[in-house]
Amino acid sequence: MDYEEAKDLVVAGLTKKLKNKSKFYFNDLAKLIGEKPRAAKKYVNQMVVEGVLEYWSSGSTSMYGLCGTGKQAGAEHEE
Amino acid sequence: MAKHETPMLDQLETGPWPSFVSDLKQEAASRAKNENNIEYQIPQDVVEDLIGIMELSYEHGRTHWKHGGIVGVFGYGGGVIGRYCDQPEKFPGVAHFHTMRVSQPAGKFYTTKYLESICELWERRGSGVTNMHGSTGDIIFLGTTTPQLEEVFYELTHNLNQDLGGSGSNLRTPSDCIGQARCEYACFDTQALCHDLTNEYQDELHRPAFPYKFKFKFDGCPNCCVASIARADLSFIGTWRDDIRIDQEAVQAYIGGEIMPNANAHSGRDWGAFDIEKEVIGLCPTNCMWMDGKELKIDNRECTRCMHCINVMPRALRIGNDRGCSILAGAKAPILDGAQMGSLIVPFIKVEEPYDEIKEKVIEPIWDWWMEEGKNRERLGELMKRQGFQRLLEATGFDPDPRMVQEPRTNPYIFWKEDEVPGGFERDINEFRKYHQR
Repeated sequence: MDYEEAKDLVVAGLTKKLKNKSKFYFNDLAKLIGEKPRAAKKYVNQMVVEGVLEYWSSGSTSMYGLCGTGKQAGAEHEE
Repeated sequence: MAKHETPMLDQLETGPWPSFVSDLKQEAASRAKNENNIEYQIPQDVVEDLIGIMELSYEHGRTHWKHGGIVGVFGYGGGVIGRYCDQPEKFPGVAHFHTMRVSQPAGKFYTTKYLESICELWERRGSGVTNMHGSTGDIIFLGTTTPQLEEVFYELTHNLNQDLGGSGSNLRTPSDCIGQARCEYACFDTQALCHDLTNEYQDELHRPAFPYKFKFKFDGCPNCCVASIARADLSFIGTWRDDIRIDQEAVQAYIGGEIMPNANAHSGRDWGAFDIEKEVIGLCPTNCMWMDGKELKIDNRECTRCMHCINVMPRALRIGNDRGCSILAGAKAPILDGAQMGSLIVPFIKVEEPYDEIKEKVIEPIWDWWMEEGKNRERLGELMKRQGFQRLLEATGFDPDPRMVQEPRTNPYIFWKEDEVPGGFERDINEFRKYHQR
């Protein structure tokens, strides 16, 4: 699988679920990409660098979301 | 006069112990005076608002902090913990109050110049309030605003040669004891291994892809000064596989009172004459020591490395010469499923650069298994409990070893599989009945 393919799968998969939730575990992304975690991580890292995905962290747990989606950006004076 | 009235916090200061409230007030006063003409990049009264919101939380009996967020520095998925207050109008100084974790040097050796530099940086671009150190060992910078995060990171990395630590579902900043730098008990160079693995696993430290947090801790000997056995998903504990070295003359010197036991640590009170039978031999958990006339004897095969005798008589008893470490897996604090101590997976391994055996045979197979099988927010210890220790052994390829069980029949998680048993599980019942009546 090439990077563009993986990106399309992740964007389509997360967009479909956006109504219900905006933050996802790494495992959710790896499943969408259909690769083992270590291989999927390379694509996910690249998506963060390109600004397709962004990190969300509670401090103890990390999650991923499509950039700019979810309540956080507006609610925390970060526009 | 203080910005906010704080009667409840004031009361805390009246206790017998040094008070964090007094520290905060001192910092608030120092920022208000600004004798060093610092160009504060976040509100000068941030600490006053911090004290104020804390008083309000005590008054309401509930927190006014929200934690978590999208804040971070570019390319890093850890090291910054977003923190906001839900009373930004009343306490604008702490509307944003993000935490930054700074990776501590191995063994926590600092120069005064370095400490001054990080304090100056945090005074200028943050609240000036720090926590030395957090539970994982990092230097914790408490409280800054979102625009300052990249600025602090730039100065840390460019001027101080200093990286951020781990947070979130990352490898957390590896942490070690002071090791061979100052301690004669250290069985391997904890700082070298800690530093090497920190550099090797930068991607795991900064880009979260684990189910949850993962901690390495390195203890040079079984005294476990960084408590790796209780807190690290993978603990490296120094040990030796030959005999404890005994200096019989020094043993006699302890008995005769010429050398004080425990390196004179209990000299504040008269505990009477040193009694080797009562204080050392009688306390050996495996009863593997005895006096043979004037000679102290140890049955080293029975020694479980409790360290007591060595701690009491460090001049007479020394760690062995064939040194390495034991590796234990799965310790954790009780967030989800109760506290767990680490389980032994590698009884002994030599600790030699470039540490390939440790990386390729232990760490990476365990990570592969946990990343594939671990549920979200499941620590390694919980996965071991859920799927069984045997699955961990399969993932790593280690053979079961009697040293992996605490004592016979207490850890029944290693089972035979059919293909490991000669003849399998099927039996000829007629043959069996020849020897055993119904």
